[in-house]
Amino acid sequence: MSAVTTASQHHRKAAIGAGASGALMLAPAVFVLLVWSVVPLVLTLWYSFQNYNLVDPTLHGFAGVNNYWYLLSDPDFLQSLLNTAILVIGVLVISVGGGTLLAVLYDQEFVGRGVARVLVISPFFVMPTVSALLWKNLMLHPIYGVYSWMMRAVGLTPIDWLQRFPMLTVMMIVAWEWLPFAVLILLTAVQSLDAEQKEAALLDGAGPVARFFHIVLPHLSRAIAVVIMIETIYLLTIFAEIMVTTAGGPGVASTNLAYLIYSRALLQFDVGGASAGGVIAIVIANIAAAFLVRAVARHLEV
Amino acid sequence: MATVELKSIRKTYTSEEIIKGVDLSIESKEFVVFVGPSGCGKSTLLRMIAGLEDISSGDLLIDGRRVNDLAPAERGLAMVFQSYALYPHMNVYQNMEFGLKLAKTPEAERREKIMAVARTLQLENYLKHKPGQLSGGQRQRVAIGRAIVRNPKVFLFDEPLSNLDASLRGQMRVELATLHRRLGATTIYVTHDQIEAMTMADKIVVLQKGIVEQVGSPLELYDCPRNLFVAKFIGSPPMNFLPGTVIAASEEQARVRLASGQEIVVVAGGAQGLIGAAVTLGVRPEHVRLGHAVENRGSGQVELVEYLGSAAHLHVRMQDGALLVIQTEGGVRVHADDAVTFSFPAERCHLFNSEGVALHRRSSGRMAA
Amino acid sequence: MAGQRARGKSLVIAAVGWVVAIWIFFPIFWMFLTSFKGEAGAIATPPRLFFVPTLESYHEVFQRANYWRVTFNTLGVSIGATVVALLFSIPAAYAMAFLPGKRTRGTLLWMLSTRMLPPVGVLVPIYLIARNTHLLDTVTGLALVDMFTNMPITVWMLYTFFREIPVPILEAGRMDGANRWQEITRVLLPLATPGIASTALLSMILCWNEAFWSLNLTSSNAAPLAAFIASFSSPEGLFFGKLSAASTLAVAPILAFGWISQKQLVRGLTFGAVK
Ligand SMILES: Nc1ncnc2c1ncn2[C@@H]1O[C@H](COP(=O)(O)OP(=O)(O)OP(=O)(O)O)[C@@H](O)[C@H]1O
Ligand SMILES: [Mg+2]
Repeated sequence: MSAVTTASQHHRKAAIGAGASGALMLAPAVFVLLVWSVVPLVLTLWYSFQNYNLVDPTLHGFAGVNNYWYLLSDPDFLQSLLNTAILVIGVLVISVGGGTLLAVLYDQEFVGRGVARVLVISPFFVMPTVSALLWKNLMLHPIYGVYSWMMRAVGLTPIDWLQRFPMLTVMMIVAWEWLPFAVLILLTAVQSLDAEQKEAALLDGAGPVARFFHIVLPHLSRAIAVVIMIETIYLLTIFAEIMVTTAGGPGVASTNLAYLIYSRALLQFDVGGASAGGVIAIVIANIAAAFLVRAVARHLEV
Repeated sequence: MATVELKSIRKTYTSEEIIKGVDLSIESKEFVVFVGPSGCGKSTLLRMIAGLEDISSGDLLIDGRRVNDLAPAERGLAMVFQSYALYPHMNVYQNMEFGLKLAKTPEAERREKIMAVARTLQLENYLKHKPGQLSGGQRQRVAIGRAIVRNPKVFLFDEPLSNLDASLRGQMRVELATLHRRLGATTIYVTHDQIEAMTMADKIVVLQKGIVEQVGSPLELYDCPRNLFVAKFIGSPPMNFLPGTVIAASEEQARVRLASGQEIVVVAGGAQGLIGAAVTLGVRPEHVRLGHAVENRGSGQVELVEYLGSAAHLHVRMQDGALLVIQTEGGVRVHADDAVTFSFPAERCHLFNSEGVALHRRSSGRMAA
Repeated sequence: MAGQRARGKSLVIAAVGWVVAIWIFFPIFWMFLTSFKGEAGAIATPPRLFFVPTLESYHEVFQRANYWRVTFNTLGVSIGATVVALLFSIPAAYAMAFLPGKRTRGTLLWMLSTRMLPPVGVLVPIYLIARNTHLLDTVTGLALVDMFTNMPITVWMLYTFFREIPVPILEAGRMDGANRWQEITRVLLPLATPGIASTALLSMILCWNEAFWSLNLTSSNAAPLAAFIASFSSPEGLFFGKLSAASTLAVAPILAFGWISQKQLVRGLTFGAVK
């Protein structure tokens, strides 16, 4: 059978005029994506060197690196970078770590496993604004929230989570959204693990812990790479959750790069400054992407 | 019906030449089989004829017309794939109908043709079934039916039976041969199954690494392999090869001394110039005779006996250590560790020079009946 | 003895599995419950698990002038973006899966990398372009942006699904006389329907839930559900009942979609890296 697939793999390349019509079919998508990725990029770069404020037409002309200088020397900016890093890394650790454990858990046979699984992956399908408001109001509201009631019920004083620990709380909300995604992918990966391989390890006398580290985890590596890649794409630009819960505050305690750029551009109308932030966001994303795409590409058979 | 002609056909992938200049002419109604080891380019050659693969250089003529640049359907061919490649979303009827529909055949005519083919292939009761609901043999028949309905000038088969189990394969082989006789269409058939090649072919083309090693009828290849490669490839179990030296030669015969010191007389011409040269003696297992003989004698010890029912294969270790396979009738009373003597009939032995090329034999047809 | 221990172990697993599942799902469950409590019941302390359900909150949501409009905006954006993205992606994925060349791998990875471009990085120019082309706060504008952002993903997913289709079947079509167009429409598409359907589904889900561009490029006119819900975040709009009802309405269809199609979604989402 494998001989057949390799042969057909070879013969994937079709005959007559393959090159030309292939290029023709590829062209529209490539063109659209090229425009989409290059035009805004160039414009962002252009604006970032301009004095440009939407409400102050007198201010215009070449700004040199002023926008960057201004941004880099702004403590808010450094705070937002730090917050972005906390958010990305924190959520990745929680979702990949928790996701792996839960994937192994829900790979076990137990009563109602199918239903439990569906419940666990559900938050992934909830839109960010809903998730954030659910947590902000129904769960964590210092007076009416369920968690506050539970704290009172055991004799504790309820905490105003979003005021006291804004970044941590936003991180938990985002983790709640993305943990299910990790479970969804990793569970599928765990289930694709060859039963015979597990049995062989069992016969070799490997305990559950050894099996996890020597069989399951290596098997999951490519799935984990995919999870990290996709989540990073989204986590770098978490926005809605912050906007509806803390609006970046108190102060800039929960402002990440995305929210900072938004507030510069659409609240303060500082196009130049926001664009400089955008360029920095793109640079950061590209650094992350360079690692991630390469890591994932290694796992892909194209 | 249709002739197919290949003129120095070549195929190059990126840098590698896969087909290195194939010349071949296929007569109308002929059943031609391509054989050769895996990766030798059989499928590539077939797919170039089909039009699924570009021809890098050379000419492909069908009925004398150059078709290199025609689309597959315009060449008037039909192909049966190893994996059947039925359309899973269409039922049997629709599978056969698809090509006719694309060719804009009128509905009534389509129905008539499909029903006729279905009758021939005993598929009448399955016309409403999807491929997924059919057995391997039935799917194979549908694939063949799909090829037949379009009434092609040339049929192409790429290992059509290799996904079937042994008994079904035998049955389908007979059906295919019968079908070919009835339809009389030119057929090109790729396989690496010996038996399929020997039983079905009018003409066998032996390929190796993109080169045609020999073209001929099954018996020609069996009796007069042109070189060591063909000799090894055709025949089952494969021919025995024993190294030796020519010590005397006449116009029609050569005397060869084997490593064991035994001297064997072989019917082979043109060995006069090779006296003292190293050669390879080839003899097919079924041609070695068990028992005492005056000439061309050999002896050894049986290591293993494989009983196949109608025949038995004795694996004999000769005195010089060489291993020889002898095929005898199934009822032979020989056991492992027995000492046996045997003989090589002079007219059944083959002689190959140091380049592996067979020395000419005087007569080329089949010898004694 | 051993049997008892095994049973004990599986009981523990079941208990942990269920507790975790309920804990994770609880906010959604609570939202659903609260949506039937009415405004007063929604903020009752202690929170009530049992109560007389009322549709009061739903009535109020439906009455809010823009609810239906918002829903239609969301549908328009999701369907529009998905259909157009597929129109571009299907031929591209076909070409890459069935007519690969030397640059195919590079093209695929490049497409993926365009998805890595952070939306915030290009927020300003996109906003200004949208404003200058009068696409700001229009369904078309948002649908276009959603299409662009999702296209790398739809191309990848389709590519993954197409690669699973045996090439000989397409070749058989070619032998039967199908031209490229017929090969795609009569042979490939019927075979790829499940894959295309789950790609469309994922694209719908991503568009439906997309919040960044929705919040930044729309306001009263073209706001989709994601932006509409955000309007409940203002302190003066703090109505738990209505928030829950509107959220339930916004989330329920996608949740149902997701539950039904989770298996296919995974296959596409992993880009074939997980079998
Ligand atoms: N598209 C391609 N690109 C590069 N090499 C190819 C391609 N298609 C086939 N080849 C190579 O051409 C050679 C011949 O392949 P082909 O499939 O014709 O062999 P075959 O004789 O049919 O073998 P088998 O008996 O295994 O089917 C192989 O070495 C194969 O690797
Ligand atoms: Mg082949």
